Amino acid sequence: MIWCELPGHWLGNAALTSYGCRMISGLGITLQLVAISVSLGLVFGVLLAFARLSPIRPLAVAANGYMTFFRGTPILCQLFLVYYGAGQFRPFLDSVGLWGLFREAYFCAAFTFTLNTAAYQAEIFRGAIASVPRGQIEAGRSLGLHPPAIFLRIVLPQAAMIALRPLGNEVVIMVKSSAVASLVTLYDLMGTTRLAFARSFDLSVYLFAAALYLMIVETIRRVWDVVERRLTRHLQT
Amino acid sequence: MDPLFNLLAWGPGGWGDELAAGAGITIALALATLPFGVALGLLVALAKRSPHRIVRAFGTVYTTVFRGLPELLTLYLVYFGLSIGLQTGLKALGFSGRMEMPAFVAGMIALGLVLGAFSSEVWVGALNGIDKGQREGAAALGLRKGQIFRLVIMPQLLRLALPGLGNNWMVLLKETSLISVIALPDLMFWTGRATVVTKEPFLFFGLACLIYLFFSMVSAAGIAALERRVGRGYVRSPEAGR
Repeated sequence: MIWCELPGHWLGNAALTSYGCRMISGLGITLQLVAISVSLGLVFGVLLAFARLSPIRPLAVAANGYMTFFRGTPILCQLFLVYYGAGQFRPFLDSVGLWGLFREAYFCAAFTFTLNTAAYQAEIFRGAIASVPRGQIEAGRSLGLHPPAIFLRIVLPQAAMIALRPLGNEVVIMVKSSAVASLVTLYDLMGTTRLAFARSFDLSVYLFAAALYLMIVETIRRVWDVVERRLTRHLQT
Repeated sequence: MDPLFNLLAWGPGGWGDELAAGAGITIALALATLPFGVALGLLVALAKRSPHRIVRAFGTVYTTVFRGLPELLTLYLVYFGLSIGLQTGLKALGFSGRMEMPAFVAGMIALGLVLGAFSSEVWVGALNGIDKGQREGAAALGLRKGQIFRLVIMPQLLRLALPGLGNNWMVLLKETSLISVIALPDLMFWTGRATVVTKEPFLFFGLACLIYLFFSMVSAAGIAALERRVGRGYVRSPEAGR
């Protein structure tokens, strides 16, 4: 007996015993998708936030439009737009050598989730940078620091601390949103659970998946709390 | 004639009327869920502030569960769970016929449970934002508990909770797109049908996204107007720097 069959075995649940291993491997896919999209989205989101705050107007307008679109539409709609829509551009994607990527549901999901979370993360960074008190910048200027130094040494560290909490929430939201990947044939945790239910008609597989999702989300929240407390320990009394 | 115009035309040839009907169902579902979820959220928030430990624990567990589960999973659990429950209940009562769980009701309950969890956080924040003196002052005037809540706390609560509830509404609006997976003929459902028939997925999903975006932007404007209205009696003064 393999370890991932054990929960079903202990509970005496046939459906869980047969599909437990698939669900655990689905959990792996979910975690992969979240890790990829959140980390790539972080890089892209920082760039977007800079573009949004840039004094070059067309750049700021474009970034704002991007953020409005991705924050104002359902992630499911975005995923379908990429996954099904890409097929229409096959000749073009073929000619630039990207069709091999867009043919894969996994790539489409990771791609969409990255674009989506980048928009949300950019909004978090924008808000965090804007909420650093003006006096801090003025104090830096009165010390004779250059604008880049003011930004890197005064604004950014304070903004990063303000952004920490909403970023943790965003990771949790991505774990939950990634469940829609199951609707484009991906066997993530949600996908494997749907498969298990469709074959066994045993509702308890959904409860097991719910327990797994809650476990991930709570773990992320707890770990994030510890990290946050540690990084802001000089501010605590 | 322009092929794009044909695809989106009203009537049997085009998809315009289907998409409009679907968008109507999307809005109807979101509007039907809102009062249910927001009221549930207020109850959960009051539970979290209750003096009884067990009631408080219930509030915390409720929020943890429904905030942590993917909405899609909650939807499936509610839909299949209620369907099976309905079936067993009918059998126990002696009916042998099959009865389907209406997708609209299942969607309303699932999204309402989720909204209840998220809005309870907003309500808790708003309740904490009301000065203790307000309650004490009302009690000193001889108002009863129900009256204090209805006449003194509630009007202030609404003002404090509105920005958060506005956010909840925007999230809810986007979450309704998930209900198409249990075959409720909403905007996503009809868009999916249209792409299968017309082989124009980019056009139709792009259009659906823009319709959702339009709803989001109208909502944002509406919420801003509402906030101005409930806040009209309040001038930002330096000492009220909350």
